[in-house]
Amino acid sequence: MQQKVKALKAAFPYTIPVMTGYLFLGAAYGILMSSKGYGLGWSVLMSVFVFAGSMQYVAVNLFTTAFNPVNAFFMTLMVNARHLFYGLSMLKRFKDTGRKKPYLVFGLTDETFSIVCSTDPPEGIDRGWFMFFVTLLNQIYWVAASAIGGMLGSMFSFSTKGIDFVMTALFVVIFVNQWQAQKNHVPALVGVGVSLICRLLFGAGRFIIPAMILIIAVFSLFRKQVERGTGE
Amino acid sequence: MTQNTQQLLVLVAVISLGTILTRALPFILFPKNKKIPGFINYLGDVIPYAAIGLLVVYCLKDVSVLAAPYGIPEAIAVACVVLLHVWKKSTLLSIGAGTVVYMLLVQFVFA
Repeated sequence: MQQKVKALKAAFPYTIPVMTGYLFLGAAYGILMSSKGYGLGWSVLMSVFVFAGSMQYVAVNLFTTAFNPVNAFFMTLMVNARHLFYGLSMLKRFKDTGRKKPYLVFGLTDETFSIVCSTDPPEGIDRGWFMFFVTLLNQIYWVAASAIGGMLGSMFSFSTKGIDFVMTALFVVIFVNQWQAQKNHVPALVGVGVSLICRLLFGAGRFIIPAMILIIAVFSLFRKQVERGTGE
Repeated sequence: MTQNTQQLLVLVAVISLGTILTRALPFILFPKNKKIPGFINYLGDVIPYAAIGLLVVYCLKDVSVLAAPYGIPEAIAVACVVLLHVWKKSTLLSIGAGTVVYMLLVQFVFA
């Protein structure tokens, strides 16, 4: 018990930046959901069982268009594909975490990853419990914020027209961050270019899956050219 | 709401499973630090960048440059987000201000 309390206390300060971010993005998610007619219950359900910010935003669109679970599944795989690579880099760190491991894997969001991959717990703190509480605290913030957003959205009838843009803004910000962190812009340009071409060819409703396939095909066929940029 | 409760619950389950799958797959495929093939590592390096580019296009998929307001509100708001972010590097400020600018544009200027 003592060990867990210590780990919780050690984990909390590292999660404060994530808390502010999640409160804002989570509340905006709850407001967006309620503006589309999905109340607090749906937002909380998604935040508990999905716990993936970008995907939850994308899912609002999936909720409001025609029922298509196959499309939803592949969309989820693509939007969350980056998690595959978080997992790859966490193989070692999660190795000896025992029964905490399933939850650590479940809760491996961008933000949780950014903390657990870059932070060593203070002296005398169990790494497994430290990572567990980072993940748990982050999810608590996220679920609470979704609930707050859901309540705000139903209490006030302010015009929410245009609030969908919060998702666009989120991805543009991530895009800028990645662009600045990386000298090789070929992968990002392939992503935007192929998607635009597929949007024009296949239309707004069904360009995503062709775009995903084509992006992977381009990366496979032009590995040398793509990596040459990476070379630096 | 265009879908019934059962359909929505199916969607929540599918999205939850898909998310769990992307997070758990590496641990299933490489149980004991089994060597990760170079090609997978390479895809791991490049796909995250392309995926975000795809998501930006996905968010803007319904914008038409041929009909009023010709994507002007989106262009202005995206420019605000990029400039603010390059300048201040504050995720919350960039997203918050960009969204408010967009909401004002579509509710008052291009209404």
